[in-house]
Amino acid sequence: MSLFHDGLRAFAAGTAAACVLYSAIAAPMAPAETHLSIDNFVFKPDAITVRAGTTVVWENDDDIPHTVVALDGAFRSQALDTEDKFSFTFAQAGTFEYFCSLHPRMKGQVVVTP
Amino acid sequence: MTQEKDDGIDRRGALECMIWAGTGVLWTLVGGVPRSSSLLGISEANAQAASGFSFLQISDSHIGFKAPANPNPVATLDEAIGKISALPQKPAFMLHTGDITHLSKPEEFDNADQAIVKAKLDTFYVPGEHDIIDEGQGKAYLERYGKRTQPKGTGWHSFDHGGVHFVGLVNVANLKAGGMGTLGDEQLAWLADDLKGKSASTPIVLFAHIPLWTVSADWGWGTEDSAQALGLVKRFGSVTVLNGHIHQLMQKVEGTVTFHTARSTAFPQPAPGTAKSPGPLKVPDDQLRHVLGITSVAVKQGTQPLAITDSELAKT
Repeated sequence: MSLFHDGLRAFAAGTAAACVLYSAIAAPMAPAETHLSIDNFVFKPDAITVRAGTTVVWENDDDIPHTVVALDGAFRSQALDTEDKFSFTFAQAGTFEYFCSLHPRMKGQVVVTP
Repeated sequence: MTQEKDDGIDRRGALECMIWAGTGVLWTLVGGVPRSSSLLGISEANAQAASGFSFLQISDSHIGFKAPANPNPVATLDEAIGKISALPQKPAFMLHTGDITHLSKPEEFDNADQAIVKAKLDTFYVPGEHDIIDEGQGKAYLERYGKRTQPKGTGWHSFDHGGVHFVGLVNVANLKAGGMGTLGDEQLAWLADDLKGKSASTPIVLFAHIPLWTVSADWGWGTEDSAQALGLVKRFGSVTVLNGHIHQLMQKVEGTVTFHTARSTAFPQPAPGTAKSPGPLKVPDDQLRHVLGITSVAVKQGTQPLAITDSELAKT
């Protein structure tokens, strides 16, 4: 009985360990995506924090075109008409400031953690 | 908003501009001081223009715009051009103060050109921010409109007509995060050089897309370095600044400088602070044509007592 239970326990522990191992491998591989909207001349939300590797998608919900342009030149969208989208994958950790080059009062920030 | 000084400016003209609700404003530049009247009352302005000339300003045609505020901006541009063609006195030329197109697409420029050419008027352009969002960030605009005026930089240029010096400025390029419109050092240096040697009695007309005075900082309706440009025209007895961008009439008189923004031919925008954002304003369909329009400026030199005095200049 005890042998049987020990075996069972060992099996369960092994399975649990495998699960932990699996999720450890799987987590970075899952494509993380975060969606932002551009609404009433505002990036919504205007500040976000994501893990490195995350793809951020901006969608323009205004009747006026906007752009998404990084201050340091890391990314620059074309003009986004209504419902157009722009995405960028943040591979590196850091703080990325961006703005709309047509309406420069519109600013946003993406903080990327390792 | 309107700051008038006792300088002989026709108060009625300014008031007509403020309350007018038709489809056009006629500007009369009497000795360099602009007056306005609705197109419906055009005869007086024509009479004033008898010994001078008139020119037109259209703005913000936004060809390519499709949203409910006006799904057919080609039709309203056509109507505006129709009004211009029907003027009893042919204007000398036309200014377009930008946002010709909505998205800088070749077919949008084509459609705008096809409508504007019907006015049969020589037309001078400055770009709006919507005209330089092609892949080349303004290359398409310059290729199309640059040949005529041989502009510098992103499209600034000047010309003379009937003793008046016209300067087209670009304040929509290379905008900086957090700011408003901008002219930039290169253009300001060019402007200083362009104005050098001009007599202080030469009437000056500056035209640019974004207002050269701050209408609303929150909405970016102003130009960061406009004070430097206005400093350069301070010595002139008559300065008229014509802008678009905000899709509504606004006027301010400051000393010898008259600032004026034209209506759009496409759709209106809200008055500053009256909406969440400066986005297109949807008005009832039967109201749309009451909030779009054209602007005409007539110039008559020298016969009227002018508001232009040295003391006014000093006050600016």
